Amino acid sequence: MTQTSDTTATPVITAEPLVDFDVVDATLRAALDAGGEWAELFAEDRESAGVVFDEGRVEEMNSGRDRGVGIRVTAGDITGYAHTSDLSAKGLAEAARTAAAVARRQPHGGTVDMMSFFGTGLAEPQVAVLPASVGAEHKVALLRAADDAARSNHEAITQVTARYGESRRRIMVANTSGVCAADDQVRTLFSVGCVASGDGGLQTGRETVGYTVGWELFDDYDPTELAERAAQRAVTKLAARPAPSGEVPVVIACGGGGVLFHEACGHGLEADLVRKGASVFAGRVGSQVAASGVTLVDDGTMGPEWGALVIDDEGHPTQRNELISDGVLTDYMWDWLRSRDEGRAPSGNGRRQSYTHLPMVRMTNTFVTNGDTDPADIIADTQSGVYVAHLGGGQVNTATGDFVFGMTEAYLISDGVITEPLREGNLIGNGPQVLADIDAIGNDFAMGSPGTCGKDGQGVPVGDGQPTLRVRALTVGGTAA
Amino acid sequence: MSELRQFDTDELAQLAQRVCEQVQGDEQIEVCVSTGRSTTVRAYNGDVESLRSGRTAAIGVRVIEDGRQGFASAGSLDADVVSDTLAAARRNVTFGESDPHQGLAEPDGVDSPGLDLSDTAVLRVSDAEKIAAAIDLERRCLSADSRISGVRVAAWSDGWSQSALASSTGISVQSEHGNCSVGAQPLATDGDETQIGYAGDAARRPDELDIDRVVTESTALATGQLGATKPPSEHLPVVLAPPVVAAFIGVVASVLAADSVLKGRSPFADRVGEQIADERLHLIDDPTEPTTLGAANFDGEGLAARRNALISAGVLCGFLHNAYTARRSDATSTGSAVRGTRSLPGVGTHAPVVATGDIAADMLNASVGNGVLVRGVSGLHSGVNPTSGDFSVGAWGHRIAGGEIAEPFREATIASTLQRMLLAICGIGATAEPLAGGMSMPPLIIADVALSGV
Repeated sequence: MTQTSDTTATPVITAEPLVDFDVVDATLRAALDAGGEWAELFAEDRESAGVVFDEGRVEEMNSGRDRGVGIRVTAGDITGYAHTSDLSAKGLAEAARTAAAVARRQPHGGTVDMMSFFGTGLAEPQVAVLPASVGAEHKVALLRAADDAARSNHEAITQVTARYGESRRRIMVANTSGVCAADDQVRTLFSVGCVASGDGGLQTGRETVGYTVGWELFDDYDPTELAERAAQRAVTKLAARPAPSGEVPVVIACGGGGVLFHEACGHGLEADLVRKGASVFAGRVGSQVAASGVTLVDDGTMGPEWGALVIDDEGHPTQRNELISDGVLTDYMWDWLRSRDEGRAPSGNGRRQSYTHLPMVRMTNTFVTNGDTDPADIIADTQSGVYVAHLGGGQVNTATGDFVFGMTEAYLISDGVITEPLREGNLIGNGPQVLADIDAIGNDFAMGSPGTCGKDGQGVPVGDGQPTLRVRALTVGGTAA
Repeated sequence: MSELRQFDTDELAQLAQRVCEQVQGDEQIEVCVSTGRSTTVRAYNGDVESLRSGRTAAIGVRVIEDGRQGFASAGSLDADVVSDTLAAARRNVTFGESDPHQGLAEPDGVDSPGLDLSDTAVLRVSDAEKIAAAIDLERRCLSADSRISGVRVAAWSDGWSQSALASSTGISVQSEHGNCSVGAQPLATDGDETQIGYAGDAARRPDELDIDRVVTESTALATGQLGATKPPSEHLPVVLAPPVVAAFIGVVASVLAADSVLKGRSPFADRVGEQIADERLHLIDDPTEPTTLGAANFDGEGLAARRNALISAGVLCGFLHNAYTARRSDATSTGSAVRGTRSLPGVGTHAPVVATGDIAADMLNASVGNGVLVRGVSGLHSGVNPTSGDFSVGAWGHRIAGGEIAEPFREATIASTLQRMLLAICGIGATAEPLAGGMSMPPLIIADVALSGV
């Protein structure tokens, strides 16, 4: 096998590479010499910092640093992977040989003649103000202001936690197919959680904002407003009644409901699960899998959303992938390994939590596009049901499509009007059924809160969004008779 | 087998000690250092799908001065990284705010249980044996039942970790231990329908892994769900299978940690000495039982791990404490600091144990009459609010009709509140069934839970 690429010569990465190109070259050659058919080097340097403000004072100030390399070697269907925090040429060569050891189980005749990298990605962070350049006193001041705002919002607020987090993750990926890419990913996050205390016990409210931006996040978001909203959410729930138990029409507010699609069908459209027959959507490309009008997109280019990336963790540029078009399943999401087997291009969905992990198919920013109905009309048109203003996390069994997700702010709909607040609970549904049961789609598209998606023990940042929409019947896991 | 270890544990202890010795003025320093190596093999279609291995190193430094706390961590033990981490922790202190109760743990004179947890058997397993174990696990799942159509994951994992913790208050402890685990997710197919099962085991020694149970349980869970339907919504008694009991008890234990109590985030604050559960419930945390992977000689602050009663005959005995929550509550630490090298110590359980009850295994369903057996739950992170106690999780399993196991159900939830569920326990199995990691739990019967389906 000869590994070359059309484009030539020097990679366009301008910043200092995490690993020198000659070391990259030597490491990849060592992996092939040791029995690999294809090899990849993934280097990562991550810096993070955070402040936790709790009980009216700074409780925790932390910072962390991680640097390491993962070497992936494949031969046929076998993948070997070795990670190390020893970035010396010797350390990397040893990791390359370790990763390649298992590849010898599947003999092949390939050797590498030459490698010529072509560069993609951004070597410099695309943010206005690097969070690390901002003094900690400003971060503390921001959290204190949020704490004050929440506590003075209502006398029932008895506890407030405000958190600030920043991370900068520099990655470099090079492989024997000629990919050589780098990215510099900056994320900034703020969250505030309030506890309200009343006759009926304790209730909680939370607000979170996070984007792939720097300190300029706070030009657009005022922490005190977010704190007031979180406080109001907790106070409102003090009067909440038990949620109903059983199937009812559910209207999901724009923004925070995108997690429904993340769980209901997003995971099931990941090619690794499809390939193993562990998805209800396997073999259904070209079929109607959702109500007409439903268009589902996964878009890694959607900056500055939480799941946005210039390249994925295999060095491929992210892109906008339309997965469901007007109810018809058009494609799955792909990483390098699964697309190689299908002889197609990857879709920029190969991601990993860190250099210690193997990449796999992951979502980026997943959302349903706008319909044409006024959201007010959707509510007015619902005789009785549940209005979910804010969703928490969820979980799916991809083999059956059964999924749950938590409603952290919900109300009863009576005679087309939003009425009493409901206590927390999970909603449960079946992905294919819910997609077919969407009977109204609003025109008020919005992205939701930043999320962390977990799969096989790896967490990666993701975004989701949708317009207001209604599902004809979803099971609400409350306790009311 | 010392040549297979990355560092000598004594060297780690010396490193931690050397950093602590850099203490200046009134500050306190606590240093946690660790190294680890791990391997994961996944099998697919009768061969290796992937083999991942690696080594990690980590340091976490906590500095406290005038009640202010700073923390920094890094993923390397290189000399420059170690000194940068101490400098970063000191920098972080300058922005902390004073809390009179803040401070490191002080030696309390309690002896550690003195467990020998450093069995090196796992270091002697070759890559070839690990590969064979994963491939064999897949093969055995596939041949367990003709309806098993594939295995999404059949995996072997093992790891070895060494750590040391030292502080300027005179704490100096070290530990090394290994673990290994297997896990399988078989798929069962009948016509257009596919169901997935899961089971796993973990142990300190490879010969303690119960692979028979993993195969039997994972395939039975997958095939048992074939034909499952959505049940009608009703209030009924539920039997929680032992893995579900473990998940439920994990949530209960989290709200009995003093940090959530002190911060007004536990529904059980101010309830010590009161009946918070049915009198049949006895819950302890027991890190001194060496057969579980939760066994420990020391907690995350270097104090002796110890046995703590949480609920006795339904009465709340007390809360779990680390050094900070103890000082703030005018109590003593219960040795319940839990942490990773890279995080500050929190409060939690090591190895929760529920005492068995009096209902024989073959009488469980009969004692319920009509209800449901919940074999698995989902959405614990999204449907349980540990502050309010609201509890609503996805559930699947089998109906119980006329005292017998009946048809499977899925796409349902069970809901109540933690407070009500504890009081509504109306039966505990007489046999604790084995779970991963040497743990075991008896089944629990809870009266009047809302099952939501159609």
